[in-house]
Amino acid sequence: MTKAISRRKLITTGFAAAAGVSGLAATGLTMRRYGLIPPDHCGVYGPGETLTYAAQRLLTRHSLAREFPRSMISKRPFANEVAPPSDAFKRLHANRFADWRLAVDGMVARPLSVSLSDLRALPFRSQITEVACEEGWSYIAEWIGTPLGEVLNEAGLLPQARYLVYFSIDRNWWESIDLADALHPQTLLTWGMNDGDLPVPFGGPLRLRVPRQLGYKSVKYIVRLTATDSLKGFGKGLGSASPEAGYAWYAGI
Amino acid sequence: MGTSPLFTIPIPSSRDTVPTGYGFVMPDQNGWSRYLHFQTAWALVLTGLVYGLAGLWTGHFWKDLVPERRDRKWRAYWGRMAQYLRRAPPEASSYNVLQRTAYLGVIFVLFPLVIWTGLALSPAFDSAVPAAVNLLGGRQSARTLHFFVSGALVLFLLVHVAMVALSGFRNRMRGMISGRMVNPEAAVSEEERP
Repeated sequence: MTKAISRRKLITTGFAAAAGVSGLAATGLTMRRYGLIPPDHCGVYGPGETLTYAAQRLLTRHSLAREFPRSMISKRPFANEVAPPSDAFKRLHANRFADWRLAVDGMVARPLSVSLSDLRALPFRSQITEVACEEGWSYIAEWIGTPLGEVLNEAGLLPQARYLVYFSIDRNWWESIDLADALHPQTLLTWGMNDGDLPVPFGGPLRLRVPRQLGYKSVKYIVRLTATDSLKGFGKGLGSASPEAGYAWYAGI
Repeated sequence: MGTSPLFTIPIPSSRDTVPTGYGFVMPDQNGWSRYLHFQTAWALVLTGLVYGLAGLWTGHFWKDLVPERRDRKWRAYWGRMAQYLRRAPPEASSYNVLQRTAYLGVIFVLFPLVIWTGLALSPAFDSAVPAAVNLLGGRQSARTLHFFVSGALVLFLLVHVAMVALSGFRNRMRGMISGRMVNPEAAVSEEERP
C-alpha cells in the first residue's frame, strides 16, 4: 500500500525544485555575464561543450602555450594543403602579394585596410609552438607575425566587442574566437615561418595562428577581421564554419 | 610529423591525411564523435568524483577492495588462480583477491591515467599545466598512451561483462542496482529452472 504524500513533504519538495530551477537559471545568467557559454551550446552535446569552454576560460584565460627550443622544430612539417587557391588568389600570388589587403571592421573605432608591409611595420613576435590537428598529427615550427592584439589596438577595439570573426579569401572558410584568445600575446597574424616568408601551403601570405586551440582554428589566407558583440548574425549563428560542419567552436578541448 | 612511427596498428583512419599504409579510409564521422567523446569524458570525471568521494566516505575501498590481510602475499594470488583453473566451485563471499586487485587497478590506475593522458591532449589545458604533457614525453606519446590505456579499459569491460553474464546475469544486475543479492547458489538454480 502506498502512503499518501504528506503536505510537509510536498512543500519541501516544491521549495527544493524551485531553488534548483532558479539556481540553474542564476548560474546560466552568471555564466553568460562572464562569457563562459560557447555559441554552440545548444543541442545534445551542448552541456559537455559548455563545461569544457567554461572550465578552460576559468583555468586558462592568460596561460601561455608551450614554446619549444629551436632544436625541436620539425624537419618535415606537414602543410595539409587545402583545395587549389582561387584565380583571385593566383593573381595576388603572381604579384608576390603586394596587393594583399587585410580589412579590419565591425566594432572598432577606426576601420582599417592594411597591406602586408603595413602589418610588418607593427611590433612583431616570433615563437616556436606546436600545431596540433584534430586528425591526430602535430608538428613544431617557428611562427613570426604581428600579434592580433596590436592590430586591434591600431583599429581601436570598442569595449562592447566580445568576439573576433576572421575570414579566409575562400568565403566559406571563417572562424571566430573570444577576446581571451584574440588579445592573447601568442595569437599572431602570421607572415613568417622558420626564418622565411610563410609558404602558401602553410597559409601564406597571412594566417591567424591560435596556438592554444587545434589547427582548424588557425585559418589560412586571412583577408578580413570583424569585431562583434554577438555571433548570432554570422552564418547560422553557431560561431563559425566549424560547428556548421559538426565540429566544436571552441577547439582548445 | 616527419618522424617514422615505432609501430602501426591495423585500424582504419577517417582521413586520407592519416597514413595507415593500406589506404582504407572510413567515412568521416569525426565531428559528432568528438563532441560525444568530450561530453562522456565530463560524465566520467563527474560521476568518478562522486564515486571516489563516496568510496572514501563509506570505507568501501578499504572494506571491499583492498585485499584482505591474509591475502596480501603472492601465494594468495597463485592459490586463487589455481582454484579457477581447477574449476573449483566458488564460495559465497566478498570479492576475492584477484577481483580486488583488478578493481583497484582499474579505479586507481587506469581511470586516472586515461583522464591524465586525455587532458594532456588539450592544447589549452597544457598551456595552464605544461607538466601534464611534458611528463608523458610530448603530445604524440600522450596520444599513444591514451589509446593503449583506453584499450586496457575496454578489455576490462569485456571480461567484466562476460563474468557478470556467466555468474547469473539477472541476479548480478539486481545486485548492482538495488544493492541486494540473492544467495548465488539459489540464483543459479533459479535461472536454471525451465
